[in-house]
Amino acid sequence: MSSQYHDPANVINPEHAEHRIVQPGTYIAVYVTLLVFTGITVAAAFVDLHIFNPILAVAIACIKAVIVILFFMHVIFQSKLIKMTVAAGFFTFLILITMTLTDYISRAWGRW
Amino acid sequence: MDNTIVATHDTHAEEHHHVSLPQHRHHFETEQQQREAGTFGMWLFLLTEIMFFGGLFFAYLLYRNWYNPAFVAASNQLSIPLGTVNTAVLISSGFFMALGVWAAEVRKKGLLVIFLILTIISGCVFLGVKYFEYKEKWEKHHIPGASFDISEFVNPPLNPKTGKPIEEPLAPDMAQKTQVFFSLYFAMTGMHALHMIIGIVLLFWLTWRAHRGEFSSGYVAPIENFGLYWHFVDIVWIFLFPLLYLINRHPGT
Repeated sequence: MSSQYHDPANVINPEHAEHRIVQPGTYIAVYVTLLVFTGITVAAAFVDLHIFNPILAVAIACIKAVIVILFFMHVIFQSKLIKMTVAAGFFTFLILITMTLTDYISRAWGRW
Repeated sequence: MDNTIVATHDTHAEEHHHVSLPQHRHHFETEQQQREAGTFGMWLFLLTEIMFFGGLFFAYLLYRNWYNPAFVAASNQLSIPLGTVNTAVLISSGFFMALGVWAAEVRKKGLLVIFLILTIISGCVFLGVKYFEYKEKWEKHHIPGASFDISEFVNPPLNPKTGKPIEEPLAPDMAQKTQVFFSLYFAMTGMHALHMIIGIVLLFWLTWRAHRGEFSSGYVAPIENFGLYWHFVDIVWIFLFPLLYLINRHPGT
């Protein structure tokens, strides 16, 4: 009975991810990637892509953010619980943005 | 009745070694469980931070669409070289922080202290550059309020070569809306800077504790969780930089 709640070796509920030390090589690769993307986003801003300028800028920012979250913040090596928590948070944030925008768009868009 | 409990205790006696290491408090089954609980709690805090900055980003999204010409003109007042350098400085700061977590994991006290100090230095460089950017806005009367000056947006300076304005001139009412951009600029970069100042204060405290050897014998959680906070602040800037500095950098093309 007690083993249901008392499971020190994590045999019954093996929800914890195995702890892993991320090596400096990974961090260096991530660091260089982030700097390269910073350069790309600045260069792209000087090219006239019309509507695609802000889309590209936000897309690059999202790629950089995901890289930071996965590797600098170790989410890729974490348990499913942590991954779900992070994903749920961003999903809720997107819902808030979308629902608020539908309100603004449907009321007065183009009439200010 | 009583002896049932005693019996349970006996069978699991080997699991009940009441260690009280900082990385394994007695109310956690394993070190991993404590660690995951800490990470989980830190992420819940960071999610509230995402919602907080998310509100600012939403305001930005809306006003940028409403007053686009004002946002383009005001954004072009910001310095791309300073913004780019600051982005690189902040990414470096996050890189040193990540290496600090590694140094704590492999229990290298000296390296940990060095990486934390490098994180502090790059954080301070970032804030220093930000100070000069704010100072320039102050001198040009580009801080929203009673003494805000719209003249540069109504009558942009002329390009000496072509004799044309370097920027699309704005009507006075639209030029007033540049104040909305600068309000959001100061609110967003200001809140970001406040988070960095809090982070740097915490870093001094963590560096002192690391120097005393608290994080080089298996207790990594404070360094790791502070790292999560510091990287989160980096991510906010990763979005702020293109949104504030790079709205439309090719006027006239």
